[in-house]
Order: sequence, then structure tokens, then C-alpha cells
Amino acid sequence: MDKLTLQGKPIIAGSASGLALVSREPLSFWGGYDWKTGEIIDRRHPLSGLIAKGKILAIPFARGSSTTTAVLLEAIRAGTAPNAIIITATDFFFALASVVATEMYSTSIPLVAVSESDFAKLQTGDQIETDEHGVISVFSHTPARPPIP
Amino acid sequence: MWRRGDSQWNLFDIETKHMSLSLTDKDHAMLRGDHGPATKMAMSILARMAEVAGAQELLDITGAHIDSTVYIGDAGLEFAERLANLGAKVSVPTTLNVSGLDEHHWQEWAVPNDWARQAQRQMMAYQSMGTIPTWTCAPYQTEMRPSFGQQIAWGESNAIVFANSVIGARTERYPDLFDICCAIVGRAPAMGLHLTANRAGKLLLQMKDIPEALQHSDDFYPVLGHFMGKTSLDRIPVVEGLGVIPNEDQLKALGAACASSGAVAMFHIVGVTPEARTLESAFQNKQPEETITVTMDMLRQSRRELTHTDSERLDMVVLGSPHFSLAEFKALAPLIQGKRKHSRVKFLVTSSRAMTLLAKQAGYLEALEAFGAQLTVDTCILTSPMLPAEIKYLMTNSAKFAYYSPGLLGKQITFGSLKDCVASAIEGKALRDESLWTN
Repeated sequence: MDKLTLQGKPIIAGSASGLALVSREPLSFWGGYDWKTGEIIDRRHPLSGLIAKGKILAIPFARGSSTTTAVLLEAIRAGTAPNAIIITATDFFFALASVVATEMYSTSIPLVAVSESDFAKLQTGDQIETDEHGVISVFSHTPARPPIP
Repeated sequence: MWRRGDSQWNLFDIETKHMSLSLTDKDHAMLRGDHGPATKMAMSILARMAEVAGAQELLDITGAHIDSTVYIGDAGLEFAERLANLGAKVSVPTTLNVSGLDEHHWQEWAVPNDWARQAQRQMMAYQSMGTIPTWTCAPYQTEMRPSFGQQIAWGESNAIVFANSVIGARTERYPDLFDICCAIVGRAPAMGLHLTANRAGKLLLQMKDIPEALQHSDDFYPVLGHFMGKTSLDRIPVVEGLGVIPNEDQLKALGAACASSGAVAMFHIVGVTPEARTLESAFQNKQPEETITVTMDMLRQSRRELTHTDSERLDMVVLGSPHFSLAEFKALAPLIQGKRKHSRVKFLVTSSRAMTLLAKQAGYLEALEAFGAQLTVDTCILTSPMLPAEIKYLMTNSAKFAYYSPGLLGKQITFGSLKDCVASAIEGKALRDESLWTN
């Protein structure tokens, strides 16, 4: 198993671990994330049909609707959110859901920003751990890395 | 916000702490709770987010539009009621976006009773804060339309892009839950599209050999917008080479499309939008990061992407995302005058109470009623579980409906022009006039 360590920027600090779900395509959570199940439901998105609950979701940023934050907040409350989100362009929509979840429910999910070149090193199925300081440990089972969809 | 290349936020400077946010005495007083517990809660969220975003200070806003009214589930409702119970009041004129139901006519649709009760509680919570119950996603077509240069905090992606691009008002791309915090406090982070330097175009889209007849057609704008969103992602696109001056509803359709397929909060059209009198002013005298030539082939592909079925089956035509304007009611009336929709097909227009009242006074609704159409206000098919399960195949002239219906509603959808939608409703199957798209 390969181990890779990346230094990200902790936007919402926290530690988390889980299997990675990675796409270069941005996602709107409204119309794209079913907070009752944690499934990605944007039928145009490469991750459509996969469950992000309990995973480390890596997408560049949130596109589309302003309601993305509300959907992520519902998912955090319902326990169907990803364990952490890794992004490239820092995203206000995701960060806000964590800030409000802290205010309302004293809980949040970590949000870590990485460079685009580091983002390209992530792959669906990797085991990922993030820590308070934005350090991302990637344990990969597959040395050959096909392009991210 | 924090678009790629923003100088205020350097992703690679990992060791740098957040730039310190400097707050005024009044900001501090709000944070301490001197202005009441609701203002304290709103200000703590606002200050925390401003800090996370790297803003150096807050600025005064003079208007807000609240997208948080859209009912999603218990968390959003608990947030609204927490603020309302703490006595929250907005401090600037504040309009409300669509809610989860047509307040007075939801029983005519498939909205479950318990869902309706929750959505109504959320409506009441936001109304109790001293807001203006516009219940529309097109607040820019009400009397609360902002003016050029006005600093505002708006939610609702289509409203944001319209305010910035078409009016020249200034808002960041604010999400639900943040818009109301800004409205209560009367402040927003001084960053992003609030600041002149960040309003420059980044991406140049040059139109090549696009027939003017097509540019006059209403279905051209959602298609172009869908393409712009996919191509621009989070950058500000600048369109050069349009041969016609689009009307306001065409710009509205374009904006809603690019804010659905991308994270576009502002666009420029050279010679059309107020901060793009010239190409140079659109780019603030800088060079585009990238230039793309837009061809008919690209637009045909974009148009194909908005349709999700090969079937001609049609159960319902849906118009009005963003909410139908008075001008759109006026354009629809002669198309359906003296005609009747097919008995098997439903025909729905979603709009605001204000526009519907004006359309009624102008006499546009009589033709609609005679045609067999239905009208819903306060909400739309995407934010209310109003469509019965047997409705499976939709047709629309809205790229936003086309974009979100498959994921949100699990429905098949065909995109067409307003004329296509009317013709299809009469024939009872999805038909499209391809003549403008084939040449």
C-alpha cells in the first residue's frame, strides 16, 4: 500500500477518515445530494448513484444553487453527510454549513483546501485521513491511477 | 468567492493565518449581544465566515434577498425558528425567495399535509422578521429591484447573477442561511463581487457565425447560458459578438442557466450589460485568462444536454423558472389565444403573486384559463413536492427546470422554445421546431 502525505489548508479544522470519492466536476448539493440517504443524485455528475455518507468527498467546489448549504446542513443533522470535504477553490457554501452546524448542533465536518496538483493525486477508493492542521494522509491500494472523471 | 487567482486568498500560503478581520465598535457590540440575541447569533456566523473567507472588514448593505425560505428539512426550519424565537428583525429592506408551497392553493397539488405544515412554519418564521413577503425567485422584477452600484446581500443563484450582471448591483454568491444573517446585521464581508477589482471578466467568449434569427429566438439564451456555466465554472465570462440586444427576460433566462450549470455569479455582454460598455471595460483593461470561440456546434451540443429523453411522451409543460414576468405573460397570451391544450397534458406557469396580479389586470390570464393552463405562485416545481407521481415527462423553456428536474424530481424533461412548449401542449406530445438550429 502506498502512502502519500499532502499539506492542505484547513478551512474548517477537524480530523476525519474514510474512503475517498473523487471527481473534478463541481457539484450542487441541491438537486445533487439526497440528504436523506447521502446519495449523489445529479444525473449528469460522474459520481451519480454513489453514496457520499461517511466518505471523504473530494470535488473542486459547489456549483449552482444557493441551497447547497441548506442541503449540507440537513445532511450533517441527519448523519448523512460526508465525513469531510476536500476542495480546490475554497468554498463558502460548504464552510457555512459547518459554521451553522457548530452554532446549532455543536458539530461540524472538516473542510480542507488543496492545490489543484495535489487534488489530482487523489483517487476514488483511497483511504484518507485528515487532521486539524490540514494534513491529508492518503493510503492507496492501486498504484496505477486512471484519470479522474 | 475566493475565485482562483483572487489575491486576497492564497491557497499555497499554508502557514499564513487568516488575515485579521477588523470590526467596528458597532460590529463588536453586536457580537457581544448588545443588540439582542438574534443579532448576536447572526453576527457570530457573519464574522466567522468573513474570517474564514479572509475578508479584512465588513461593509454596509442596503438590501437583502433571502433564499433560506426554501424548505428542505428540519435543520433549515430549526435555524429559522431559532432566529425568529430570539426576536430577529432585518435591518435593511429584505425580499423573500420562493417557499415550499403556494401558501393559499397548495391543497390543489400533491403536497403532503405534514410537509406543508413544516414549510408554512418556515414561511411564518421568515415573515416574522420584518421582511417583505414577495415569495419570488425574481425579486429584481418587483418594485424592490436594486439599483446600479447598490451593495446588497442576495441568495438565489439566478437572482444573484441578474443583480450583478444586468443591474450592476453588488452581491457575492451568498448561500442560504448566510443571506438572513447579513439582512439582520445589515453588513456583509467586504470581498468578492462587492469590490470593483473582482468584477472584471476572466474568460472571453467570442460568438462566431451565430445567425441573428436564432439570437432573436427565446430558446437561444438558456442554451447559451448553459454553455457559459459549463465553460466558465466559477470565472466571470464576457460575451462578445452578439448581433442583437437581448431583452430583460432573455438575460434572466441566460443568467439562470449559467448559474445552474456553473458557479457563475456575474457575466458581461459587451455593449449590453452596464459594466461592459466596451470589451476593455468588461476586462477592466486586463487581458482575458482564456478566449473561446463559440460555434453553432457547441450551442447545438449545449441544447442537446438540456433534454433528457428521446421520448415524445408529454405529461406536463412547465414554464416560469425564474418566475414568469409580466412581459412573459404578455408574450404567452397571443400564442394560446383561442386555443386549447390537449386533454392529456397539463400546462403550468409558476410566477409571483405580484406579477400574477398585474397580468390579471392586464387581461393576460383570460387566455391562459381558456387554454386550460394552471397557475401557481410563491413556489415552483423544484421547491415544492407538488407534482403527482404520474407526471413523468415534462417539457420546459427553462434551462434551470431542465437542469434540476432529473435529479430533484426524477422526471424526464425536454427543453424547447416557448412556441415549442405551446405547440406540444396542443398536440399532446413533445415537438420542437429545429429550423433555427439546423442551419
